[in-house]
Amino acid sequence: MKEGYELIYERPKSLIKVHNHYCPGCTHGVVHKLLAEVIDELGIENETIGVAPVGCAVLAYDYIDVDWQEAAHGRAQALATGIKRMHPDKYVFTYQGDGDLAAIGTAETVHAANRGENILVVFINNAIYGMTGGQMAPTTLEGQKTSTSPYGRVIDDMGAPVKIADMLALLPKTYYITRQTVADVKGVRAAKKALKKAFEYQKAGKGYCLVEFVANCPSNWKMTPIQSFEWTKENMFPYYPLGDVKTPEE
Amino acid sequence: MAKGYIEFDYEFCKGCELCIQACPVNTLVLTTKMNKKGYRLVEDAEGKCTGCASCALVCPDAVITVYRQKKAS
Ligand SMILES: Cc1ncc(C[n+]2csc(CCOP(=O)(O)OP(=O)(O)O)c2C)c(N)n1
Ligand code: SF4
Repeated sequence: MKEGYELIYERPKSLIKVHNHYCPGCTHGVVHKLLAEVIDELGIENETIGVAPVGCAVLAYDYIDVDWQEAAHGRAQALATGIKRMHPDKYVFTYQGDGDLAAIGTAETVHAANRGENILVVFINNAIYGMTGGQMAPTTLEGQKTSTSPYGRVIDDMGAPVKIADMLALLPKTYYITRQTVADVKGVRAAKKALKKAFEYQKAGKGYCLVEFVANCPSNWKMTPIQSFEWTKENMFPYYPLGDVKTPEE
Repeated sequence: MAKGYIEFDYEFCKGCELCIQACPVNTLVLTTKMNKKGYRLVEDAEGKCTGCASCALVCPDAVITVYRQKKAS
């Protein structure tokens, strides 16, 4: 460091220094980094257990330096339920895409939320199946072209995009549900605060917290990273508005 | 305005350019240099960095370390 200067930002310690496999500009990288920052700041790297999904984040256990369990596709919250009940003193979170959480795993998601399990769910909503080549997801927007909706999603045929956060907020035992983004600096700062709050709620035994990220998938959207975040802001934010969907009554 | 500087861990950079867009003083540019993966690298070409860390916050690969001049006490 140059003399007279101080360190303002560095790679978080809990983010393992390996090359990750995410595409350039993908939200997954930023959210991993934020989780690592929060885990560092709370000093809970030895008390945290993540549950990895099937999807692009299937290798998340190679990137964040906590204990992990890999779930079968969609089953992360069922697994997290078991882990948390066996280890109530540990911090337990799942990390899931919209295909994992909102398609094949809808039942596990709804029932974990309905039981008010004391876990954190990190939900990456990029409106598509990234890993498998850009198929339509339940969250795909109306008119959005994907490899399985090449002419755009038609609501009459395919249903409307599912607003998971709003659905789960209706369940009486969910505690804190919020929608965040990492599309710009302001979003990154707010998202980190939301993640930290959710970990703190878990420590206090408050119950089910879900932090949704209105995310991108530049590769399957066939855009540059910068274009993908512009598209997110123009098209995703109006349908998936940012902010807290359910805040605790304190 | 505060003065800062940044360091890139270039082998981890994927050339996504999100840092360039995030910089409020527009001091970052894409150069013609490349890392081993073949991604073009970014530099503070104008030396106007204020140490605000915007670039580092949006970086998906945690490539950037940020320093800022200490305030005179
Ligand atoms: C039982 C089962 N069904 C289907 C698949 C194929 N598959 C792998 S990942 C995936 C969807 C991933 O999409 P998402 O959860 O949105 O994550 P992303 O890759 O976009 O981050 C599917 C359908 C599988 N691996 N296992
Ligand atoms: S396919 Fe999409 S979601 Fe998967 S790593 Fe690439 S950009 Fe990210």
